[in-house]
Amino acid sequence: MSAEPRLVEVRKNVLKQNDLIARGLRERFRQAGVFVVSLVSSPGSGKTAFLEKILTLLHARCRVAALVGDLATENDAERLARSKARVRQITTGTVCHLEAAMIQKALDDWDLTQLDFLFVENVGNLVCPSSYDLGENLRFVLLSVTEGEDKPLKYPAIFDSADVAIITKMDLAEAVEFNEQAANTNIQAVRPGMHVLKVSSKTGQGMDEFLDFLETQRNRSRAAIAV
Amino acid sequence: MHELSIAMSIIDMVEEEAATRGYARIQAVHLRLGLLCGVVKDALLSSYEMACASTPLEGSSLLIEEVPVEVFCSKCNARKQVASIQWIACPACGTPTPEVVHGRELEVVALEIKE
Repeated sequence: MSAEPRLVEVRKNVLKQNDLIARGLRERFRQAGVFVVSLVSSPGSGKTAFLEKILTLLHARCRVAALVGDLATENDAERLARSKARVRQITTGTVCHLEAAMIQKALDDWDLTQLDFLFVENVGNLVCPSSYDLGENLRFVLLSVTEGEDKPLKYPAIFDSADVAIITKMDLAEAVEFNEQAANTNIQAVRPGMHVLKVSSKTGQGMDEFLDFLETQRNRSRAAIAV
Repeated sequence: MHELSIAMSIIDMVEEEAATRGYARIQAVHLRLGLLCGVVKDALLSSYEMACASTPLEGSSLLIEEVPVEVFCSKCNARKQVASIQWIACPACGTPTPEVVHGRELEVVALEIKE
């Protein structure tokens, strides 16, 4: 028996369990032919309003559904249900982010082949969701004009984990003297080459462009699968 | 504050590892933490201590090695460490470099076993 501790190599990703479930989900989405998009942002940046607008617009032309994460209440699901799309609330209790296992559980009894798009609204939080892969095709990070142009510099990890940035509440840009160029510079500083879209859920500004972008991304992903 | 969730994931993994490999007691866990993970070192350390209570890992220490962000600069054709995570660009030529090589690690690399 030796008194000195022995050092053994391990090399394992801490979130291996989450990543495995996320990989399984991604495969399930691929086989079902559903394109999955998640939304992350700070609380109050307009995720739910944006999603309500998307679901309402898309519901008319294709099959859409949403999962919405919150610490508590079913309020967001009730709000989104007005779009007539299928919506399920995930209440996380004290957990400040969604994990792949929660998505898996929420989708357990869903027939995903009946869907073209699935949206996942994460818990409002710019820090915690960044580490957790949810199996989504694309992750959008939302930044509202009322939040300040330096948000990307304050939360670089979440921007690093996302694929596309959406600037929301553009109808208020002038009133709050939003400096679009500064916001863009900051986004590009933490995530070089990041695609940026601007929208207003209230006036509908930028929604056509957003939906076109979504459609293009979905077709591209399908083409990649077909190859 | 997701450091508690991360700490619990570390503990679960280490306990599983100890059980399958038959380690009697874990004295320390070595972790590599990339600066782009969005995980705060101090918060993780205190969460770990808290989460270890009443588990076989109680009293073990978490040794964290922070991994700086390294990018591949296509212009310099070399790997470079960025000056700050607020500016993901080559520190030598200033080219914005989306190709992150290191800095997203969140992995247990070694265990200290007491036999």
